[in-house]
Amino acid sequence: MIPGAIDCDIHPALPGLKALYPYLPEIWRDLFQDQAMHELVSNSYPPAAPLAFRPGSQPGNGSQAAQLADLRSQALDTWGTGLAICNCLYGVQLVFNEDLAAAIARAINDWLARELLDHEPRLRASIVVAPQNPGLAAEEIERCAEDRRFVQVLMLVMGDMPLGRRFYWPIYAAAERHGLPIGVHAGSSYHNPTTPTGWPSYHSEEYVNQAQAFQTQLGSLVCEGVFKKFPSLRVVLIESGVTWLPATLWRLAKFWRGLRREVPWVDRTPAELVREHVRLTLQPFDAPPRPEQFERLWEHLGSDEWLLFSTDYPHRQFDGDSPLPPGLSPAAMQKILIDNARATYPRLVEAIP
Amino acid sequence: MNVSTSQPMPIAREMLAGMAIIDCDIHPAPNSIKDVYPWLEPRWRKHLDTFGPLRRHGCLTGPAYPKGTPGANRRDAWPPGHRKPGSDLGFMQAQHLDPNNVQLGILNMISPHPGGIQNPDLSAALCTAFNDWQIAEWSAKDARLKASVLVPYEQPAAAAAEIDRRAGDASFAQVLLLSRTAEPLGQRRYWPIYEAAIRAGLPVGIHAFGYGGAPLTSAGWPSFYIEEMLGHAACCQSVLTSMVIEGTFERFPALRVILIESGFAWMPSLAWRLDKNWRSIREEVPTLKRLPSEYLRQHVWLTTQPIEEPEVRAHLLDIMEWIGWDRLMFATDYPHWDYDDPARCLPVRLSADQQSRLFRDNARAVFGAN
Repeated sequence: MIPGAIDCDIHPALPGLKALYPYLPEIWRDLFQDQAMHELVSNSYPPAAPLAFRPGSQPGNGSQAAQLADLRSQALDTWGTGLAICNCLYGVQLVFNEDLAAAIARAINDWLARELLDHEPRLRASIVVAPQNPGLAAEEIERCAEDRRFVQVLMLVMGDMPLGRRFYWPIYAAAERHGLPIGVHAGSSYHNPTTPTGWPSYHSEEYVNQAQAFQTQLGSLVCEGVFKKFPSLRVVLIESGVTWLPATLWRLAKFWRGLRREVPWVDRTPAELVREHVRLTLQPFDAPPRPEQFERLWEHLGSDEWLLFSTDYPHRQFDGDSPLPPGLSPAAMQKILIDNARATYPRLVEAIP
Repeated sequence: MNVSTSQPMPIAREMLAGMAIIDCDIHPAPNSIKDVYPWLEPRWRKHLDTFGPLRRHGCLTGPAYPKGTPGANRRDAWPPGHRKPGSDLGFMQAQHLDPNNVQLGILNMISPHPGGIQNPDLSAALCTAFNDWQIAEWSAKDARLKASVLVPYEQPAAAAAEIDRRAGDASFAQVLLLSRTAEPLGQRRYWPIYEAAIRAGLPVGIHAFGYGGAPLTSAGWPSFYIEEMLGHAACCQSVLTSMVIEGTFERFPALRVILIESGFAWMPSLAWRLDKNWRSIREEVPTLKRLPSEYLRQHVWLTTQPIEEPEVRAHLLDIMEWIGWDRLMFATDYPHWDYDDPARCLPVRLSADQQSRLFRDNARAVFGAN
């Protein structure tokens, strides 16, 4: 590890809907009480499932201050982390009422700023938006963007519509305007079946299927022309698994050659566009078992500029102490741990007053 | 990385040197649905004339996403008289089977596969009729061609009955399903199909495509055919994930699955991902006994088309190595537009041994052909 690493995916636990009450208008607080709505935890991460916590990464259930202390010691101090980006996964995307979803997203962002960012200078955060209504989401980006500690906009990989669709472009316009990458994190709104052939029977099956969702989302972003329309937009695929990427680009390249007149705005090879606009966080890295395969795979990826260091704290994505795959050269480590993130997130380079 | 991308390097035609090959994906098509009427009860002929087949998409005729070419066919594959590509045996022989020295061709009739038709009785009747049609019009007329048992896959009991009916008929090489079913294909409701296939000694081919009702991606419907084509690979990964985790392979040790027209370069990464999640999978589904990659390695064969095109061609060799030279089987997808030409499609040179396995011997072993 290199001191000052930038961890691009950690998950602070929101203690519950009540923690948001100070940041919610009264009308919603009343409704939650009357409707007995106390929680909005997504099915994607059952809190006791094997994936939920690494040993030694288990934030306690104490006060906000105690939780922050756990986060410091378990997520930051352990790896000598210089900066970490908080991606708050809470059920905003599950909600069908778009006004309610937007209100919860707003409250989460205020909670992040007041309860975490104000207390720990190593923390940064993604702006949580409710993509159910891109107009409201863009307004929320405008509202939060002034706070330079928000470095990214957070969306889920399985939403209501493919991410390239123009429906979502107001979000991208706002993000690009403020130099904020779009972070696409594993997870679902559960408004569509979580596999392309219907609902699976098991959580672990659904989790494996996140990688397939990332593949088709990458296709959507490329084919719909998002990178043509928003030339300085960056997209970070978070908790995607990574190793599906070469095969996906090879397949997309083949069909682009045959079908490009269907998407004439895609005037460069998909691989070029993706190399310029897309980055992926490291964990989980669905690595091959043998070191020589790993070397070949690294060649297939073709660049050490794709990857941004992440631990996915507190999720259990790796065993042992090292969140890095073996065999990285010092130069590659410097890029993956620090330089790539600084090149991807303009706001990480800024000094925060 | 700047690597120039060009057309795949042709393996010299002389390298194949006229070697007899097996093509695991040939698409015969009726020139019109009426071609199958001789094998259909009058009731269903009338039904089709009146209503047509109701499927899980909105277009009365044609596909939900317009294809890149008419009927997704090669522009040079239209037989004289403007009959449909794939509808004329003589033309197929002259354009494909003879010049490419196809020793065995597996017929996959998916124009459309009747298993996706909503009306359960019509679906079953059309599957039976098209199975008869495949024999009468194709395999009986050219001994190089073997048919696939079309089954009404959304009604597994009826599907199993159709498989039982065809068991022992050497005209059939496999059972044929599509990948996009109403629910993931590993789920128990589909297990009678696998039981029957094992009973009949047939592998189960799963061809990409179809309309099962779920959106093409787990984030909804994309806009373009190019995305549909990308999505089929992801969908087939979901199918295998389902078959592993739902315990299909654990339950049926003799089950052999052939994935058709989904490419293959994604397979190693899928296996690594499944193994990476073994701790969760095992905790949730304790009936599974072996690493997911072991189930895949034992039960799954992949046909090659559409072969992925890496910028650095040799990368494809790594993938083939990782999948295993005994698990890849060549396919052209004749007469469709993204046809892989046996003499040109491979971006890399193979050893003589690899070449004969890929182009012939693996399929020969799977289909028990001579």
